[in-house]
Amino acid sequence: MTGNGRANGRKRGGRAGGEQLMVPPAEFGSYYGRPVLKDVVWGMPDVPGYLFLGGLAGASSVLAASAQLTGRADLARTAKTAAVGAIGLSALALVQDLGRPARFYNMLRVFKPTSPMSVGSWLLSGYGPAAGVAAASALTGWLPGIGRAATAAAAVLGPGVAGYTAALLADTAVPAWHDAHSELPYLFVSSAASAAGGLGLFLVRSDQSGPARNLAMAGAGAELIVKRLMIHRLGRVAEAYQTARAGQLMNAAEILSVAGLATAALGGRHRAAATLAGAALMASSAFTRFGVFLAGQATARDPKYTVVPQRERIQRQAEDAAQASSPA
Amino acid sequence: MNTHVGAPFATGPADAAGGLDPAGRSGYADHPPRMGFFTDTSVCIGCKACEVACKEWNSVPEDGIELSGMSYDNTVSLSASTWRHVAFIEQVVPPDAVPALGDDLAEPPAPRWLMASDVCKHCTEAGCLDVCPTGAIMRSEFGTVVIQDDVCNGCGYCVSACPFGVIGRRETDGGAHKCTLCYDRIVDGLTPACAKACPTESIQFGQLDELRERAEERVQELHNAGVAEARLYGENPADGVGGTGAFFLLLDEPEIYGLPPDPVVTTRDLPRMWRHVATAAVALLAAGLLSGLGRQP
Repeated sequence: MTGNGRANGRKRGGRAGGEQLMVPPAEFGSYYGRPVLKDVVWGMPDVPGYLFLGGLAGASSVLAASAQLTGRADLARTAKTAAVGAIGLSALALVQDLGRPARFYNMLRVFKPTSPMSVGSWLLSGYGPAAGVAAASALTGWLPGIGRAATAAAAVLGPGVAGYTAALLADTAVPAWHDAHSELPYLFVSSAASAAGGLGLFLVRSDQSGPARNLAMAGAGAELIVKRLMIHRLGRVAEAYQTARAGQLMNAAEILSVAGLATAALGGRHRAAATLAGAALMASSAFTRFGVFLAGQATARDPKYTVVPQRERIQRQAEDAAQASSPA
Repeated sequence: MNTHVGAPFATGPADAAGGLDPAGRSGYADHPPRMGFFTDTSVCIGCKACEVACKEWNSVPEDGIELSGMSYDNTVSLSASTWRHVAFIEQVVPPDAVPALGDDLAEPPAPRWLMASDVCKHCTEAGCLDVCPTGAIMRSEFGTVVIQDDVCNGCGYCVSACPFGVIGRRETDGGAHKCTLCYDRIVDGLTPACAKACPTESIQFGQLDELRERAEERVQELHNAGVAEARLYGENPADGVGGTGAFFLLLDEPEIYGLPPDPVVTTRDLPRMWRHVATAAVALLAAGLLSGLGRQP
């Protein structure tokens, strides 16, 4: 090995932003500082927008079922309408993001559990029509029996729609996404619950919005906790969630979550406070998704997030092997 | 051919032994031996004949005529329209690494020039193939990984699933493209274009098990000649991608060539991801339904 004095291919791991680092910057080798991974080709705002809207839709369908079961027709109708609107926009965003949009139907050519995108496509093609029928029946009053069945189907499939997007991101080589694979599912469903509850608080009058308020508070609380756990466990890669634009969005999301949670808890029964709380929680959920998306993008673009953790893994394994082979 | 879209969850270190036969695992009952590349970078002269031959044979469009400032490498990286990429690394060997030759030889050592032709690794456990939602990416009977352009809808999932940064999406046609290991040539018993054009046999094509033996011998030979830094990359079936179908002999750490030092296919963790998604989804369903309980207004 040529040692530390290498003139070419070494660079010091730099960083953007002013937050405190948990781990010191590492020296690492690279090819002219070029990324190891390809840049994420999924577009802004289509894909992070879909992460938000899909979550909003999926959790809204659960809220709608809950509202219907407890006789809150206004909340049920609003949540169903929001769900179908959000999932419709989602479908448009997803098709538009394809390199060859006219071939979107090839998504249903096979079913592959090894591909979260394949699983998601099938989930969406079950969920979308169910959400549509549920909303149409609620808005027109026609076919109430079929409407109830569709409401139930959408409520069962909705959490899958809200949660699978975590596997979609995590099942990549992108360090900030893959390394967070144990937390992203919980982060995404809690963020979805916060958004759907927030929408109910925002749009539905206070005498019916009780379930929305409960769901929003549970979601926002869980979101805050899971985010902290994720950052704590991620180690070096956590930096991507704390710096640059991703860091700003994640920070803003946290402030909005706390503000929305507090407002909903203290004044959620008053119309004005509920509206504010709902808007804050929806914005927080959207910021979280954009933040996660950008954090992943940043780790694909900088070779240090690929090289340094892999080098550390090699070193750990070597140390473990040395320990195992040495006499106890 | 379209049924060979991968073996669900047949991945993981426990499968390393079967990992040598990805074609068999993908459902080919009777198939030719696994074919691959051994790229011996110690004899690469940086002529880029492989890049040119690949473009010519596969009709790969040009992808920018710009000067990068990166030594003689103006190709920069593998991409949708670059399926062979020759890396050029100029190194000044530090004085303490130079063998003592006596004080009268005070001249600075000549820079070391590393050249290496990179290509799709045709992984035993291929992340791109696992995540492809359309079945466009498939395992060939030779154990190679091939994108069917007439099926690909350009979703871009494979691009982010590749731990080596090999696959790109082409701006002009929206599809994902990469090395096919010249499927159309090897199916007729021909050598892939890059290996055929290589004047120094830096790129060797053949049956993977034979190439691995040859590579081991070559590393020994180099070690005996005092080139202690020679090492193989991708040849080990116990590595994070089950070993690669295209592997390399390198003269420095992989990351110096732009290669990840310890890549692990993302789908090894997918069963755990699905369990977390299922738990999270059930929690959301429960929380949503419970939210309606409590005081009626």
